[in-house]
Amino acid sequence: MRLSYSRQVPLFLLPFALIPLVDQNTYHLDVLTSVGIYVLLAMGLNVAVGLTGLLNLGYAAFFGIGAYAYALANLHWGWPFWMGLPLAGLVSMLFGFLIGMPSIRVRGDYLAITTLGFGEITRIAFNNLDAWTGGPNGLLGIARPVFFGYKFSVNPTPYFYLVLVLIALTAFLLFRLCDSKIGRALVAIREDELAASCMGVPALHVKLVAFGISSFIAGIAGAVFASKQTIVTPDSFDFVLSVLLLAMVVLGGMGNIWGAALGALALGVLPELLRGFATYRMLIFGGLMILMMIFRPQGLLGKKEAASGTS
Amino acid sequence: MSPDLQLFFQQLLNGLTIGMVYALIALGYTMVYGVLQLINFAHGEVFMVGGYLALTAVALTVSMGLGLPAWVLVLFVFLFAMAGASLLGAGIERLAYRPLRGSPRLTALISAIGMSFVLQNAVMLLYGTKEQVMPDILPHWQADLAGVTVSLVQVLIFVSSVLLMVLLELFVKKTRTGKAMRATAENPEAASLMGISVHGVIRSTFVLGSALAAMGGTLFAMNYGSVNFHDGYLAGIKAFTAAVFGGIGSIPGAMLGGILLGVFEGFCAGYISSEWKDVFAFGLLVTLLLFRPSGILGENVPEKV
Repeated sequence: MRLSYSRQVPLFLLPFALIPLVDQNTYHLDVLTSVGIYVLLAMGLNVAVGLTGLLNLGYAAFFGIGAYAYALANLHWGWPFWMGLPLAGLVSMLFGFLIGMPSIRVRGDYLAITTLGFGEITRIAFNNLDAWTGGPNGLLGIARPVFFGYKFSVNPTPYFYLVLVLIALTAFLLFRLCDSKIGRALVAIREDELAASCMGVPALHVKLVAFGISSFIAGIAGAVFASKQTIVTPDSFDFVLSVLLLAMVVLGGMGNIWGAALGALALGVLPELLRGFATYRMLIFGGLMILMMIFRPQGLLGKKEAASGTS
Repeated sequence: MSPDLQLFFQQLLNGLTIGMVYALIALGYTMVYGVLQLINFAHGEVFMVGGYLALTAVALTVSMGLGLPAWVLVLFVFLFAMAGASLLGAGIERLAYRPLRGSPRLTALISAIGMSFVLQNAVMLLYGTKEQVMPDILPHWQADLAGVTVSLVQVLIFVSSVLLMVLLELFVKKTRTGKAMRATAENPEAASLMGISVHGVIRSTFVLGSALAAMGGTLFAMNYGSVNFHDGYLAGIKAFTAAVFGGIGSIPGAMLGGILLGVFEGFCAGYISSEWKDVFAFGLLVTLLLFRPSGILGENVPEKV
């Protein structure tokens, strides 16, 4: 029997909610919180890459735009975290639309390179627009969230729960999306764009929606990241991160919501478990991407249909 | 010559020099795209490995204590780097792309990105994270042409790049393998029905492209006096820009695109801002892909059903 997603979300995520009760090691919780941010990002990237077949190689830029949006709103206008969070998502989505609108027309592999170009331009802009972004030194002293009088601090536990709640919410909404008309349109476009548009799916419009949702999630993750680090610097949002996130989606299973989360969990936790692994990390991830493409292009949890992708 | 003109010609010369290197790398992108419709993302890393191979070749001759004359040494370094990179290119094709023949484009592209990270990190682990100094293997010589300095390395870059491009053009136009390549690029299925081994053609395309990229890497290392495992990524993206600029799939296009991109970048760096230099290249790339993906010399092919 297949569990309905409204049961799956609490079932899979509740065990994680118990971790801080059992394990009070701050370092462990800190790592898990960072991995949680990866999970959010992988779920978001999955909407574009996995569900719709739009290969985005500049996803880290949208994460960065969200982080800088919250940081700037907080530092200049004193916006609190809970107002900055949706703002970060919206600003990132706006950039997603701006970049998506012209580039979504070009063919699959060209779109990948276009997003890569935009990603690099964004990072260089963060680096060189010193007056706004603080240049290579970044922005410091970003406020942490305050939740009904409870002030977040260096202690990672409240961040852990914040990220967990966001993951649950995102997973739930993404499941809703997949079951909707738009969700089916996305998959139809991934499988065969020409056939889908012949059947009356407004391909450009729907692809743009996917791109927007994907960048919205990245923006939300960016705001959480900025509030947790209290500092943002351009080098946190480089091409390596974009590829790392792609590796997570590819490993877990393209088009599968839990797959993306699993991929992020696996690739996020592994380097911490194996200390000597750190130097070989990217070497192994690169090799993993090749092997997955050859032997299991649909990923660990992906369905067979997800394997075909777009041309 | 007035200082303004001097600056102009110096920037033009520097742009042409780097443009020649871009052109050498771009040829590999364009040839592979021609036969496979694959953006060989790992190609920039082959360029970078070429630089490291050149470094290794110099270190080898030094450790063997051979007091070779400069021109023999240079020739040895070129051949060593090109031979090593050819093997690497054939290996990459066999391991990462051959098993994916017939899969969707994005699958192969993801595999290519994986390969690029493998190569980059393998070189980092072998040679360390610090940039390595490429010893001078050419005698110090430079000419002063009315205030514009031309170094011996620059002369070498021009002569060898032009020579290689002419040889490549002859190879593709005159030899059997070249003919098979053109046939495969035109229509792989028909080519294989005519008895052409498509796998063999693809392998030779990778071998040729990698040798040219390694030559670019060697010249680049000699010009800047150092190699770094990071270099391949940026140079690769720029060479890809050059290939798209000229019209991907077209060999003369890649040469023209490389040279134009080098000059464009040289002038942007010289007259506008060197901090934003890379943004100009990326901006050009994005603009081209969005508005004229067929480039200057490419033909516009509509998507087939």
